Amino acid sequence: MKIVVCVKQVPDSAARVVVENGRVTWGEAPLVINPWDEYAVETALQQKEAHGGEVIAISMGGESAQEALKHALAMGCGEAILISDALLADADSQATARVLAAAIQKIGEADLVFFGRQAIDGDLGVTAAQVGRVLGWPALTLVSKIASLDPASGVISVERSIEEGRQIVEARLPAVVSVVKDIGEPRYPSFMGIRKASRTTIPVWSLADLGLSSVEPVVRWPEILNPPTREIKTEIITGDSPQEIAERLVEKILAEKVL
Amino acid sequence: MSNKVWVYIDQFGGTAHQGSWEALGAGLTLAGQMGGGVTALVFGPQARNIAEEAFHYSAAEAFYSDDSTLEDYRPEPYTALIARLAKESRPEVLLFPTTARGRELAAMCAIDLNTGVLADVIALEMTDGQVLATRPVYAGKLLSKVVCQARPQIITTRNRTFPKPAPDPTRSGIPKQVEPALGEAEIRSKVIGYTKSTGGVSLGDAAVIVSGGRGIANNPTLTPPAGMDDKQAEIWRAQEGFKQLGELARVLGAALGASRAAVDAGYIPYEHQVGQTGKVVSPDLYIALGISGAIQHQAGMRTSKVIVAINKDPDAPIFKMARFGVVGDMHSLLPYLTEAFRKRLGK
Repeated sequence: MKIVVCVKQVPDSAARVVVENGRVTWGEAPLVINPWDEYAVETALQQKEAHGGEVIAISMGGESAQEALKHALAMGCGEAILISDALLADADSQATARVLAAAIQKIGEADLVFFGRQAIDGDLGVTAAQVGRVLGWPALTLVSKIASLDPASGVISVERSIEEGRQIVEARLPAVVSVVKDIGEPRYPSFMGIRKASRTTIPVWSLADLGLSSVEPVVRWPEILNPPTREIKTEIITGDSPQEIAERLVEKILAEKVL
Repeated sequence: MSNKVWVYIDQFGGTAHQGSWEALGAGLTLAGQMGGGVTALVFGPQARNIAEEAFHYSAAEAFYSDDSTLEDYRPEPYTALIARLAKESRPEVLLFPTTARGRELAAMCAIDLNTGVLADVIALEMTDGQVLATRPVYAGKLLSKVVCQARPQIITTRNRTFPKPAPDPTRSGIPKQVEPALGEAEIRSKVIGYTKSTGGVSLGDAAVIVSGGRGIANNPTLTPPAGMDDKQAEIWRAQEGFKQLGELARVLGAALGASRAAVDAGYIPYEHQVGQTGKVVSPDLYIALGISGAIQHQAGMRTSKVIVAINKDPDAPIFKMARFGVVGDMHSLLPYLTEAFRKRLGK
């Protein structure tokens, strides 16, 4: 099995992200591997352990995205590639998908490509589906369980999380899969893994290396702003007994006419 | 002359998702500014009936197909069909509800139609003949204004954000049947079946949510069965707590939520998690019990209309967002709260 896993570098989920002077800032908060992508790496490693083969982590981003790739290496990925190019600064989702698809094709002969469900910065949640579409492969998104994978027949069977429950789908490889948290807790990087990752030099591919001369973003972001602050006056409900407090609270909630 | 605004009506098992009608409502507003009406697209089981229903919601035109290749939703045949129709008629705007299906279909159609996708949008306005959309990023910590310069502009609308138009059964029309774009042999995936959610009301669709945090495991009045170690006893206590919380949820017709701490501790399955790495929700009423309100939980529920916080710690950050707060032990309050709601709501 040749497995590719796509990861992104994002501000930590605990970061206080704000716009200051028209620019997005997250203060001293660290940049980390997108938390959803850790589940994708875990799934990729489990499939490799079950069926043999290799796992290659790729990321598109600036120089600092190397750290996300090092995390993936430390978890156990065999190889990592950074796709970085000044021309990608304004890439929108479909441009990103075309670049990632080109990288996957350059790597060649991948059986499976894993993604996390979405990146916690842009929250678009479309990249896995778009990469699958560019490649012309089945895209199995929001997968909560890989029920079976048979490399010999080239068939994967998964459970997808949908609003109504779970959909059980079978597809022919190669395929793109995005995973949700139910897939299983990601492992911690091992000490040996961290040492190996720190010594690894991660190759950088430019657009030219992918045979692309430019990308053509069509989505523009004219403005980014802090959400309007809500003036909330908190009313603390007190009483002599839990029963009295509960009854007062219920009165107050009913008066808001939201039930 | 075909309509400039198209709306994909997402459905499951012959019933339209409520978000589809909200998307149709958003489409009607845009069409009012762009001229023309709204075209509805409906595929799958009972597609013709749902297409007729779309006329009640003021669609001016409806395309449908209930071909056997579209019986179960699969992205390949659905995308191929939408893309073919859009290439033939060149709509300006293509709207989807932000469901699991709607989001991925929008994403894939954007590739086929060589355009951009604006997902999970909470507001739409027209500027210079172009749609300017607002979408939350960083789980709503920021808002981003976005435009798509190519056509069609593909947009998914966040559920429970745009008002659903009032249906009028006297409005009607004749849906137009369309042929599928792919034959079964060209489709590389197959739906084997479904398992139903056991979670009751789904979080994303809920008007009311009651959520439990780590504090749910701290009920001192419960005695765990003999033979459990500390960890097992803790989880047992938490699960008993969620059962009680589920009772309150039942009385309120609410969905059951949880903090990441509660999910990570193994108290409740992940599908209940509210927050930046769980579900982002926006109910009319959000009742948080034993949840301190870490920044990543706040990101998932900050736009709830009325927030109620019950927590032992008077300094818990959740109180800063709450309309009503109770500083105290959730376990002593919970049974009375359920009882008081039951009495007042007549359930």
